[in-house]
Amino acid sequence: MTHTYPAATLEARDLACIRDDRTLFDTLSFTLEAGQALLVEGRNGSGKTSLLRILCGIRQPDEGHIHWNGGDIYRLATGYNAATAWVGHKDGIKLELSAEENLVFARSLGTPSGLDIAEALDAMELGGFDDVIAINLSAGQKRRLALARLLVTRSPLWILDEPFTSLDTHGISLIETMINKHLSDGGMLAVTSHHPVALDSTDITHINLSD
Amino acid sequence: MKPATLPQAFAILLRRDLTLAYRRRSEMINPLLFFVLVTAMFPLGIGADPALLRDIGPGIIWVAALLASLLSLETVFRSDFDDGSLEQLLLSPHPLSILMIAKVLAHWLVTGLPLLIVAPLLSVLLNLSHEAMRTLLITLALGTPVLSLIGAIGVALTVGLRKGGTILSLLVLPLYVPVLIFAASAVANSDAGLPVSAHLSLLAALLVLATSLSPAATAASLRISMS
Repeated sequence: MTHTYPAATLEARDLACIRDDRTLFDTLSFTLEAGQALLVEGRNGSGKTSLLRILCGIRQPDEGHIHWNGGDIYRLATGYNAATAWVGHKDGIKLELSAEENLVFARSLGTPSGLDIAEALDAMELGGFDDVIAINLSAGQKRRLALARLLVTRSPLWILDEPFTSLDTHGISLIETMINKHLSDGGMLAVTSHHPVALDSTDITHINLSD
Repeated sequence: MKPATLPQAFAILLRRDLTLAYRRRSEMINPLLFFVLVTAMFPLGIGADPALLRDIGPGIIWVAALLASLLSLETVFRSDFDDGSLEQLLLSPHPLSILMIAKVLAHWLVTGLPLLIVAPLLSVLLNLSHEAMRTLLITLALGTPVLSLIGAIGVALTVGLRKGGTILSLLVLPLYVPVLIFAASAVANSDAGLPVSAHLSLLAALLVLATSLSPAATAASLRISMS
């Protein structure tokens, strides 16, 4: 099997997150290697989103460290940002820009993958919508446009918060195919989802924050 | 394909923000309209005595410019925060403080520069001398970027709050006062035929200070707001 991403390690040690004097989780440790997936589970409000925001560096953990290839992610800062792609609850697309303009901008903020904008839109079955202003897209189409960002940039670590929100079953299977390809290429994934994620890989770490 | 270099990323972000402003132009015209209307209302309210207008003209124009700038501040980050683009900027592999300069520059081009363009008209309306009009333009050119730069720090700090507007005004207005004092008195001095170079030098110094410190402070404030 050819790995297109260089080997990398994400290591979280003794993470703790406290919100409004409530401890959401503590002494949380895990390691993620190339080709592995991390599935974060738990009830509403158990800190899934907080954990993912900590993993991508938007939020600082109240305790503990995260290391990327042995270096603390807060020291690596922009170097770590180049290795990660984040799709959160909010789509992160500009409604006044066309689908193509959105992706061109997203690509310039990351490492381009070499995939054309048109190819990425086709892969998300948004072909022909390239010049449509994003405000005129449906919620599911907007979500697919947000996820198309992952295709035009080349980031080994994908951090996805509820990627399947507003997608229909067909859209979900599209994204699952994309995720499985990413993992088989040696990418990494951290994801939360209320919908079960059909992954080919068996190399999955489960974390349940409600336990 | 190679990743975008920092100057490229800067240019792309600047162009994106200008495109967005153009597509939301009815919203963007608001501060300019406010500036013109407030200034135009004064002669109606206090009487059209040319000598009186000439005395208070510089102050009126500058206070109106300052409030127009305050009115438009929220737009720097509001929509980016609401739709999640701000998270993406925060997580980009480019230094955030440099990207902040692009955002503030775009904001100034859209909301500050138009004030400069209509200012000559307003100074005629308020009976300012040609000399004062020239000084007014120089003070606006030096002063309005300072307002945008300082304001960006305040918006970055309050963007995460649901009702941040009041705090923003309280936070930012005191920092605007030095600009107002030096700019308005420069225009008044030049109308009276007095030298203004000291005032202009101070305004230029404020601009240099704000340009060098504000981007880093804005980036740091944003990180706090987002976490």
